Amino acid sequence: MTAIRIPPVLRAQAGNQKKVEVTGSTVGEALESLLEQFPGLREQIFTADGTLNRFVNVYVNGRDVRYEQELATPVGESDEVILLPAMAGGR
Amino acid sequence: MTPTTERQIGAQPQTGTEVDALRPHAHGGHARHGGRFPSIVDAIGFTPLVEVPNVCPNPNVRLYAKLEFMNPTGSVKDRVAKYLIEDLETSGRLQPDSIIIEPTSGNTGIGLAMIARRKGYRVAVVVPDNVTMERRQLLSLFGAEVIDSPGHLGSNGAVAMAKHLVAKDARFVMPYQYGNPANPRAHEETTAEEIIADCPEVDAFVAGLGTGGTLMGVGRRLRRHNPDVRIYAAEPLPGETVQGLRSLDEGFIPEIFDPTVIDGKFLVSNTDAIGALRELTDKEGIFAGVSCGAVMVAAKQLAREMEHGTIVALLADGGWKYLSQDIWTRDLDADEDEIDSLNLW
Repeated sequence: MTAIRIPPVLRAQAGNQKKVEVTGSTVGEALESLLEQFPGLREQIFTADGTLNRFVNVYVNGRDVRYEQELATPVGESDEVILLPAMAGGR
Repeated sequence: MTPTTERQIGAQPQTGTEVDALRPHAHGGHARHGGRFPSIVDAIGFTPLVEVPNVCPNPNVRLYAKLEFMNPTGSVKDRVAKYLIEDLETSGRLQPDSIIIEPTSGNTGIGLAMIARRKGYRVAVVVPDNVTMERRQLLSLFGAEVIDSPGHLGSNGAVAMAKHLVAKDARFVMPYQYGNPANPRAHEETTAEEIIADCPEVDAFVAGLGTGGTLMGVGRRLRRHNPDVRIYAAEPLPGETVQGLRSLDEGFIPEIFDPTVIDGKFLVSNTDAIGALRELTDKEGIFAGVSCGAVMVAAKQLAREMEHGTIVALLADGGWKYLSQDIWTRDLDADEDEIDSLNLW
């Protein structure tokens, strides 16, 4: 089992949980496992054609999966998976 | 006796060769910085590139820090502010009653306010109400009007409020660092040229991701210099209390950000960034800001993964503006949740 950290903006559709335990050996499988538990998240996380919503970033051990192997990025039990909304940075 | 060089107002070196001509010792092993300038605005840039071997985890990798806190108001944003104001001037958008307004968590506003003071313009800045006291103080002392946006909405809230004010009052003129090509251009024409002049062998570049201006501008120019160069972003892990979005539709990607320019993104918590920041101070004597710690976390991870090569890490600002948060002394383990919720970038 891997835990996915859920950002505050998505928690209402994830049973108000901060972390959700999921199965799967890739990011795509882990997200599918999350969506089986909370189907309401699907249209938030994925677009109609099954790609990641541009305003959702997924990180495995702090690395943005868009620059790794995207949904095929491997995840193991000890890996930390974080979902975050795209937000303004700045200074 | 070493000759000093006087630059003309607004004149920026366009090529590495021109930079070398301005700084003839750049490749002599003892790069010289400084010079004589007609105004503080012209003294922006030409920051030192300093090797930081004591914090580099791989002996086969040379790690250099570009010290942007050596800019006049202490941050990389002086470069951007100069270009943004010159863009307003050349585009004819400034009228006698104009007020330059910008959403910023501090450094861009401080740079804009300093330059506006020197040039005689009015500036208002929209800042999240939870930025550090020092940033507010600097904005005020340079004469900027400070408008608070809700801290829990982060920079998103500041952007939204600034856009609202511009729509309401025609006197407000917004350079808009998130969407203005002058922001990355400042880095393409100055920061990147300096890096190429000081370190032509650079293999990888790491900088913090905020507006994306540094990464876009430096990334594009370094790629022209060497198509194999790798560009990496360090971005903040936002604390729970600063993720005040009501829906993902309120998410924000800066208009100037092109994801294809970078090769990877590292997410770094404030706690980890501060740990690396303390190490930088302890082992290298470099007193930098919190985002610099995050950049060092990313640069060190990259160094571990490289067989050999040269990394340039851009340190965006100094530590002065964070002293009130006890960054160098507080207990990171005990205060982790509180620290990760601070607006320190």
